[in-house]
Amino acid sequence: MTLEIIKPGLATSVQDLGRPGYFHLGIPEGGAMDRLALRAANLLVGNDEGAAGLEAVFMGPEIKFGPEIGAGMSVAVTGADIPMMLDGDPRETWTAFTVKPGQVLSFGFLKAGARMYIAVSGGIATEPALGSRSTYPIGALGGFEGRAVAAGDVIPVGTGAVVAEGRSVPLALRRRPGTPAVLRVLTGLYWHRLTEKSQKAFFDDAWVVAPEADRMGYRFRGGTPMEFVDRPQPFGAGSDPSNIVDGCYSYGSIQVPGGLEPIVLHRDAVSGGGYFTLGAVISADMDLIGQLQPNTPVTFKRVEMDEALAARAARKAMLADIRQALA
Amino acid sequence: MKTRYSYGGDEHIYVEIDDEMSLDAFFICLSLSKLVRAANIPGVTEICPANASFEVRFDPDVIAPDAMMAKIKELEHEAEAQEKRLETRIIEIPVFYEDPWTHETLMRFRERHQDPNGSDLEYAAKINGYDSVAAFIEAHHSQPWFVSMVGFVSGLPFLYQLVERDKQLEVPKYLRPRTDTPKLTVGHGGCFACIYSVRGAGGYQMFGITPMPIYDPEQKTSYLSDFMVFFRPGDIVKWKPIDRTDYDRIVKEVEAGTYAPRIAEVKFDLDAFNADMTGFNAKLMEALNDA
Repeated sequence: MTLEIIKPGLATSVQDLGRPGYFHLGIPEGGAMDRLALRAANLLVGNDEGAAGLEAVFMGPEIKFGPEIGAGMSVAVTGADIPMMLDGDPRETWTAFTVKPGQVLSFGFLKAGARMYIAVSGGIATEPALGSRSTYPIGALGGFEGRAVAAGDVIPVGTGAVVAEGRSVPLALRRRPGTPAVLRVLTGLYWHRLTEKSQKAFFDDAWVVAPEADRMGYRFRGGTPMEFVDRPQPFGAGSDPSNIVDGCYSYGSIQVPGGLEPIVLHRDAVSGGGYFTLGAVISADMDLIGQLQPNTPVTFKRVEMDEALAARAARKAMLADIRQALA
Repeated sequence: MKTRYSYGGDEHIYVEIDDEMSLDAFFICLSLSKLVRAANIPGVTEICPANASFEVRFDPDVIAPDAMMAKIKELEHEAEAQEKRLETRIIEIPVFYEDPWTHETLMRFRERHQDPNGSDLEYAAKINGYDSVAAFIEAHHSQPWFVSMVGFVSGLPFLYQLVERDKQLEVPKYLRPRTDTPKLTVGHGGCFACIYSVRGAGGYQMFGITPMPIYDPEQKTSYLSDFMVFFRPGDIVKWKPIDRTDYDRIVKEVEAGTYAPRIAEVKFDLDAFNADMTGFNAKLMEALNDA
């Protein structure tokens, strides 16, 4: 079973839930930026939640379903809000539908959110690399030939059963960022490097998503340049006050090179580097970042560990509800 | 050393052994990471040692963050007490200094550099007090280096030169990072050398290029057939200056699958090294020459 890429979109790539365990070598976990959306798409078409699908960003691809799919294949698209057509007939996102051999799935213009997750019954069946099918383009690893898909690619699909059309994720269980998007942050790491004034400004300021926003990290602009507590720079750190001796970075950690534009590292994070980090976005809000378009207003909200864990539990409960709704 | 613990969000513990670079801090990081690995703590998903810091990623649904931090703190004294010794290897890495590819790239990004009128090597030689680029290059390759961290991107090694602190070569990073760096560029930032394992963005000064791949996701390179990443923390590197003819020859040998890096098994003992750096390095390089 296969599907053929007619038009690739902007940076459409094969993603599953990633490959933890290699970050100490600079190979990031990767995987869907909005993991809940990928899980939901897989559940809709009867796959394991961790099956590989296609992640498209800002712009949908055009996909032709292979001639050998026989009775058909189930497809579901979750994540961003975008009009979608099968051979020109509208289809709903967050809802399973059946495709027949030779049919073409296409997309209109993005309305809200940023990333679409396209799941097909049987899942994308490219060869796993280090235990995952996720594409890590910087390292030319995983996915389809280690890169974003291109026009003409014929992507292998596993065998799966066709499910009932119309299975849908209830509206209340489709998680989307608000306006402004609020990202909750646990301070720490090198937070002490900032002056009290800059610590306060980081949470008070109105930020927007910068154009440099990708799977490696999301950059934000619009806030006040940060000031650092005076100190002689430690040996090996480099001369800029935002420099540290190159250390490990964590997923969600917020670095601010030169004190200017915060960057939140995401699924394809660099594993280390020489810029101070002021804390990290909590795990429960990482999916939301994957749905932010450039120029989206954002505020950072300071939380404590107990709130971070409560938010994580709430997100888990939401996944349980999706599972139940689609059981 | 002033060890500092912090949460990195709800899934990471970050331990800064020291805010400045030293091999003592590195060895504590390495010991601590080995002890955490050996402790087999349920819920731990990543254990990442760095130059002078260390990080654990865990699943807070399996182990609570405060319990995770307490487990690491329990191991800290044991890590500090461990002997700073390592069974490792020394590898000769050929470097084509002042090569045309990094030169083209550094010219392309000149406006992002501290000295728009010179090359990265000219700048580095000047600010480190060398009267010529040749003398700087000599200092760069005459003494071995120690891989104190692997990361940033796929298999990229950070290296710390095995010399006294006052002899360390130090340069700032580019004023604004480049958007392009040739694959296998030998770079330098702060006191660290690096080898860019893949082509991409970078902020380190560029001194040369090696023909020897250090990351191969397809594992077609003969010496990367077991695993796609060449370096691991604790490896020792000796740069070997080569010219264009050597460079082209090695590239061909790598492609033909006949290139075998020169490697010798060695022991590294930090106390013995600190007691006599020149003598200790001489022995390391002797082992390499015998390989």
